[in-house]
Amino acid sequence: MNEALANDNRLAVLDHSRLQAKSGTPGAERGRISVRDVDIVFDTASGPHTAVENASLTVRPGEFICLLGPSGCGKSTLMNTIAGFVTPSSGEVRVDGVAVTEPGPDRGMVFQQHSLFPWKTVKENVAFGPLMSGVGSQEANSVARTFLSLVGLAAFENAYPNTLSGGMQQRVGIARALANYPSVLLMDEPFGALDAQTRIMMQENLLDIWREFRNTVVFVTHDIDEAVFLSDRIVVMSASPGKIIADIDVDLPRPREQSLLTSPEFMALKRQCLDLIRKETLNAFKQQNRAG
Amino acid sequence: MDSKSNAALRTAEPLAEAGTTSGLKRQDSEQPTSPTRNAAQTSEAPRRLQTGWLKTMGPRYLVRIAALIVAVLLWELASTRGFNFYINFDNIPAPSVVGSALITELTGQEFYLHILHSLERVAIAYLLAVIIGVLLGVAMGRSRWAEDIILPYIELLRPIPAVAWIPLAILMLPTEQSSIIFITFLGALFPVILNTVHGVEQTNGVLVRAARSLGASRTAILWHVVLPGAMPSIVAGLAIGMGVAWFSLLAGEIISGQYGIGYYTWNSYTLIQYPQIIIGMLTIGGLGTLCTLLVRKGCNPLLKWQAKGGRS
Repeated sequence: MNEALANDNRLAVLDHSRLQAKSGTPGAERGRISVRDVDIVFDTASGPHTAVENASLTVRPGEFICLLGPSGCGKSTLMNTIAGFVTPSSGEVRVDGVAVTEPGPDRGMVFQQHSLFPWKTVKENVAFGPLMSGVGSQEANSVARTFLSLVGLAAFENAYPNTLSGGMQQRVGIARALANYPSVLLMDEPFGALDAQTRIMMQENLLDIWREFRNTVVFVTHDIDEAVFLSDRIVVMSASPGKIIADIDVDLPRPREQSLLTSPEFMALKRQCLDLIRKETLNAFKQQNRAG
Repeated sequence: MDSKSNAALRTAEPLAEAGTTSGLKRQDSEQPTSPTRNAAQTSEAPRRLQTGWLKTMGPRYLVRIAALIVAVLLWELASTRGFNFYINFDNIPAPSVVGSALITELTGQEFYLHILHSLERVAIAYLLAVIIGVLLGVAMGRSRWAEDIILPYIELLRPIPAVAWIPLAILMLPTEQSSIIFITFLGALFPVILNTVHGVEQTNGVLVRAARSLGASRTAILWHVVLPGAMPSIVAGLAIGMGVAWFSLLAGEIISGQYGIGYYTWNSYTLIQYPQIIIGMLTIGGLGTLCTLLVRKGCNPLLKWQAKGGRS
C-alpha cells in the first residue's frame, strides 16, 4: 500500500543537482558523444573481420538516438566502443571531449537480459554503482530505494532477480544504470527479449524516466517501431561491413504515447526506414550473388 | 534424517522450478500499479511446495528406512546361521552383538577420545585445505600464469592415493600427528582447488562488463562478481573435500597414530575384537556424512540467492 503511494510522487526524490540541465546553460550540459572515423576490425579464425567501417557520429547532450540495423551490422559493437569495452582499430570516440579508453560510471549500460547480479537482491544490485563510487552503504541504499521507486519496483527491493519477470528485471537494470546519474545511457536491445505488451509499456516507462533525466541515450535496436517511437534521431546501419547509411530526424512531438504508433507521421517515418533498410538489404544480396 | 532431507531437496527441484515459472508467467503481463499483489503470490509459492514435498517424499522415506531395516535383518540372519557361500559370515558379529558392544563403548571414555582425536585432525587439515585450496583455485582461475605453474603439480599428484603418501609423510614431517594431518590435508585439497578453478573460470562475462560500467575496480569485481558466481561450485568442492578428508584421515591413522577412529578400527582387527571393527567403520561413515552435511548447511547462507528460483 505504502509503496503504491510512494510511486506517485516518485520523481520528487531524485537529486536534481545531478540531473541534466533542462536547457540554456550550455556549459552545464553533459553527455556529448563524438565518434570520428572509427573502424573496428576483429581477428577471427578465418582472418580479419571488419565489424564497423568508417563510422562518424555526433550525439548532442540530452539527445535520444537509436542505432537501427539488421543483426550483425555492428551496431552493438559501435555502442560498445562508446561504452569502452571495445577499442577501435582506428579513429576515436570522445565523450564530453575526453577520449574513451575504458568503461566508466559516466556511461551507464543496460544489457539485453540476465545482467543483474543474481546473488544480490534487487536493492543491492541498484546500490552497487553508488557503493563503487565511494559513498557509504547507507547512502547507497537510499539512492537505490529512490531509483527502485522510479521504476515502480520499491516493493521488490529484497527479492532476488531470478524471482522477477523479464520485464521487471530490465527495469531493475535501468534503475541500476541510472543510479550513478550517468551523462550517457547506453542500451543494448534492452527490450528485445520481452513480449510485445511488456515491451510497449517499458518503452513508455523509459521515456517517462528520461524526460526527468534528460541525459544522452544511445539505444541499439533492430525494431523499426521501437526506434521511431523512442528516438529524436535514428542512425541506420547496414551489415557487413557495418556502416552508417542514414541519419533520420524524428520530429514527432513529445511526450509520446502508444496512440502515436498508428498516426500518419509515425507511418511515414517507419516507411522511410523500411525503404532504406530494404534497399540496403537488396544491395547486400546483389553483392553476395555477384561474389558467388 | 538430515542427509535424507538433503537428497529430497534435490529431487524436489523440478517441482520448485515449475512453481516459479508459472509465477513468472503471471507476472509477465505486469501491472505496475499492483506490485504488492505480485509479492503476495511469490511468498505463497514456497508454502504450497512444502506441503507437496511432504506428500510426495514421505512415502519414499518410509521405503528407504524399510530398506535399511531389511538389510540389518538379513545380516542378523546370516551371522547367527553362519552363512558361508563364497562370502563368509562365520566370523562376522551379528547386529545384536555389535549393538551391545556399542553400548559398552559408549559408556566408557576411550571411544570418545578416539573420536575427538580424529575430529581435531580433520578440523585442522580441512581448514588448511579450504584456505589454501580456495586461494590457489582463485589464482589459477584468474591468471593463466598461475594456472600453468600450478596445474602440472595437481595433475601429477591428484591420482596418488592417500595411503601411498604414508611413507613420505612419516619421513618428511616431524611428528606422527603432523603426518596424519598432512595426508588428510592432501585429500581435501584437490577437490577444493579444482572446483574453485572451475567456478571462477565460469564467470559470466556480461556480469563483469556490467560491474565495470558501474565503476567497479578489479578487486571489487573479484569480490562482488567472480567469487559469488563461483560459490556454488566452491561449495560443492568443500563438501566433496570433507568426504575425501575423512577417508584420507583413516589411511593415516591406520598405519600410525595412538588415538583416532581409524587407529581404533585397525587396532580392533589386530586384537581380534570383531564387533569393534564394525563399530569403527560405522562411526567413520557417520562422522563423514555428518561433517559433509554440516559443510553444506553451513554454506547455505552463501547460496540463498539460488534457492528461490531455478533460473540464474
